[in-house]
Amino acid sequence: MPIKSYLAHPHNGKKEILTKAINALEHCEVIPAENENLLIVVTETDNKEQEDLLKEKIENIESLKLLAMVSGFNTK
Amino acid sequence: MYTSLTNRRSFIKKMAIMSAMTAAATMFPGILFAEEQEEKLPKGGNLDWKKAPCRFCGVGCGVLVGVENGKAVAVKGDPKSPVNKGLCCVKGYHSVMSIYGKDRLTKPLVKKNGKYVETSMKEALDLIASKMKTTIKDHGKDAVSIYGSGQWTIPDGYVASKLFKGCIGTNNVEANARLCMASAVTGFLTSFGLDEPMGCYEDIDHADVFILWGNNMAEMHPVLFSRLLDQRLKRGVKIIDFATRTTRTSMAADKSIIFQPQTDLAVANAICYEIIKNGWVNKSFVEKHCSFNKGLTNMGYGLEDKYKFKDKPEKIDFEAYKTFLEDYTPEKVERISGVSAKDIKYMAAYYGDPNKKVMSLWCMGMNQHTRGTWINNLVYNIHLLTGKISTPGNSPFSLTGQPSACGTVREVGTLTHKLPHGVVMKKEHREHAAKIWDVPVENIDPKPTYHTVEMFRALDRGDIKFMWIQVTNPMVTMPKLKRYRDACKKEGRFIVVSDIYPTPTTDIADVILPSAMWIEREGMYGNSERRTQYFEQMIQPSGEAMSDTWQIVEVAKRLGYEKQFYYKEETHIEEIYNEYRRHHEGKKHAMAPLEVLKTQPGAQWPYVDGKSTKWRFNSEYDPACSNGEKFHFYGKPDGKAVIWQRPYEPAPEVPDKDYPFWLCTGRVIEHWHTGSMTRRIPVLHKAMPHAYVELNPEEAKQMQIRTGDSVKLTTKRGEIILPASVNERGVPEKGQVFVPFFDENMLINDITLDAFCPISKQPDYKKCSVKVEKV
Ligand code: SF4
Repeated sequence: MPIKSYLAHPHNGKKEILTKAINALEHCEVIPAENENLLIVVTETDNKEQEDLLKEKIENIESLKLLAMVSGFNTK
Repeated sequence: MYTSLTNRRSFIKKMAIMSAMTAAATMFPGILFAEEQEEKLPKGGNLDWKKAPCRFCGVGCGVLVGVENGKAVAVKGDPKSPVNKGLCCVKGYHSVMSIYGKDRLTKPLVKKNGKYVETSMKEALDLIASKMKTTIKDHGKDAVSIYGSGQWTIPDGYVASKLFKGCIGTNNVEANARLCMASAVTGFLTSFGLDEPMGCYEDIDHADVFILWGNNMAEMHPVLFSRLLDQRLKRGVKIIDFATRTTRTSMAADKSIIFQPQTDLAVANAICYEIIKNGWVNKSFVEKHCSFNKGLTNMGYGLEDKYKFKDKPEKIDFEAYKTFLEDYTPEKVERISGVSAKDIKYMAAYYGDPNKKVMSLWCMGMNQHTRGTWINNLVYNIHLLTGKISTPGNSPFSLTGQPSACGTVREVGTLTHKLPHGVVMKKEHREHAAKIWDVPVENIDPKPTYHTVEMFRALDRGDIKFMWIQVTNPMVTMPKLKRYRDACKKEGRFIVVSDIYPTPTTDIADVILPSAMWIEREGMYGNSERRTQYFEQMIQPSGEAMSDTWQIVEVAKRLGYEKQFYYKEETHIEEIYNEYRRHHEGKKHAMAPLEVLKTQPGAQWPYVDGKSTKWRFNSEYDPACSNGEKFHFYGKPDGKAVIWQRPYEPAPEVPDKDYPFWLCTGRVIEHWHTGSMTRRIPVLHKAMPHAYVELNPEEAKQMQIRTGDSVKLTTKRGEIILPASVNERGVPEKGQVFVPFFDENMLINDITLDAFCPISKQPDYKKCSVKVEKV
């Protein structure tokens, strides 16, 4: 059961749109920075396949410039 | 069952959030997240939290390590620590993961017929002792040596010095801190007669202006830098980054001022010129508390074997000093340094303003410098002329890189000329040490032998036959590395390496000893602000790993020094620390008792009458002041600090037609030094997987080089190919490139120069000339 955290960099001026878009996805939590153009994304999925799929979905969001993984844990 | 799994998941999730917040904070210093989110971070769970100093840099943050079922599983900043007030950087948070890399060394290995064979600890230690005995018998005591580090705990360094200097009688004791802060030491000794900063981190809470001299604090001292940024939010302080390259620090600073390599010497003199010209000298302070000296010039750069230099200080007066500074008007210095006269005056005005408290901070930029001692002296000059020293917020502050460069190398004195108290050259210091060590005073040789570079040269020449290397990785960090790597492989050399992971240095070893790491053993570190911090053993060492301290004790006993190494295994750290404290008795350097260190997040020496000393040389805070004045620089016989006349002199190797660029090397936030530990932490390794060469974007465009392209760097020592980095983390000036040194697969030190400061003998890793080509 993977838990991963990422830094998501939105395109300029797209922080709110990106926050909403990621929040709309299941198994995701978003913590936007208050004073910088950056979001923290935490995903909590049941297995690796689901995790990969979710990551792909996030990466396909247009307002996202870059997604960088910070840490990954598996709670099995 | 279900509940505990959920708890564990939510704990891990919080850890994941915390890691991300930490990583974000290193990229965007001062970044804020909604407070309620931060409150959700783990508060402890079922973990047993124990305090320790972090081992990944000289800031010396207090951390709490969470231990569960005999395993260290989490780290958080210790809110009680005055160093970091609960903060931690990305290395600190992940530090415990470095204990559990898959390839930890767990058994001693001995090289037989070119292959490493597992053996028992007993046999390995027997072999080391017998090799030392025969080497001493056949070639004399100065044929054996030990090379340690600023990551040695205090007891590690202490027993090393006692065995080699006190018992064997050789001064062949050096440490990698020679490569990172020797110039800071000679700077302190020449200006004040005593080592280590007079101020402390609390200066940050009082200063109005921070001037960073070639110091990328955002990456190298991240938690302290967060404290600076915090003060800017709270009090609107100014941060000025004075450097040769644009870094994360420059980007976060209020003003970035770029100078040409080596010309910080000229700029510091120009600031002093301005201070005098504008009448900003604190006359009564200078008259009462300062004297003026000049030393020898054109000292050379130590490039040849057996190079020797001894400075000859000569007293001068204020008028002579003033005349000397006429060569350093801002306008003249603008031409040498590339810093506009306006910017020089801007910095001088802050130093000169009696209503502004100024903190200068520096680290490798000023220390890894062929005139490192001089530039340290020159920044002290600025603070002395204005009297901005030894008071809260007025502080020239030399930062260290390693967790115990101060505590062990500088205070225990694991350098060729040093003793725990004083130097080998002085009879009374030898007598003092010999008495505590319980050895005949004649054992301690009054002549220093080799500083680090010269020690490896002696190994190359065959003057040294045996070297024991602990907690450091010289086969990545020595400048002009190829020479010294070849030296270690020569016939008739015997190298012992104590480490926790395989490294390029264990590759050249005849015996590899597995060491216990950090909280797998008990010990103490001393950080940049004279703070000694204790940590207990929290977990069992991996396999047969043994602490570096106990490895040395075992060998000492085998060499016949049972009387001096009387310590019991269960209590040896306490016994060693208590013995060590005796060297520093007295108001100028007394160390806190162990019981105190165990109960609080460290104590700052001089620790007198149950109190740490925050500001030395200031009679309000420092009980060693005895001249009845507000300040007393008691490190010098006349009680006065020295303002030094030191000129600007160029670097030994400057860009020319064939090698037209400057090469500067350094560190990155993700990795600790040579990466042997942090590259085994997946998060950090992924964040920064390999070295690179940073290029100036305009020049990269001209050369049609883009990020990721292969670039060949060639110096007179050799060549190396690295991927390019353009407009990423740091941006070099035109005519300069930067390469980090953490990557053992891209050994930049194969091509660096082994020139050093003639006074401190610290090499300059920041400047040599290089050719840059796209391949
Ligand atoms: S700043 Fe240094 S001491 Fe503090 S947590 Fe980071 S690496 Fe450790």
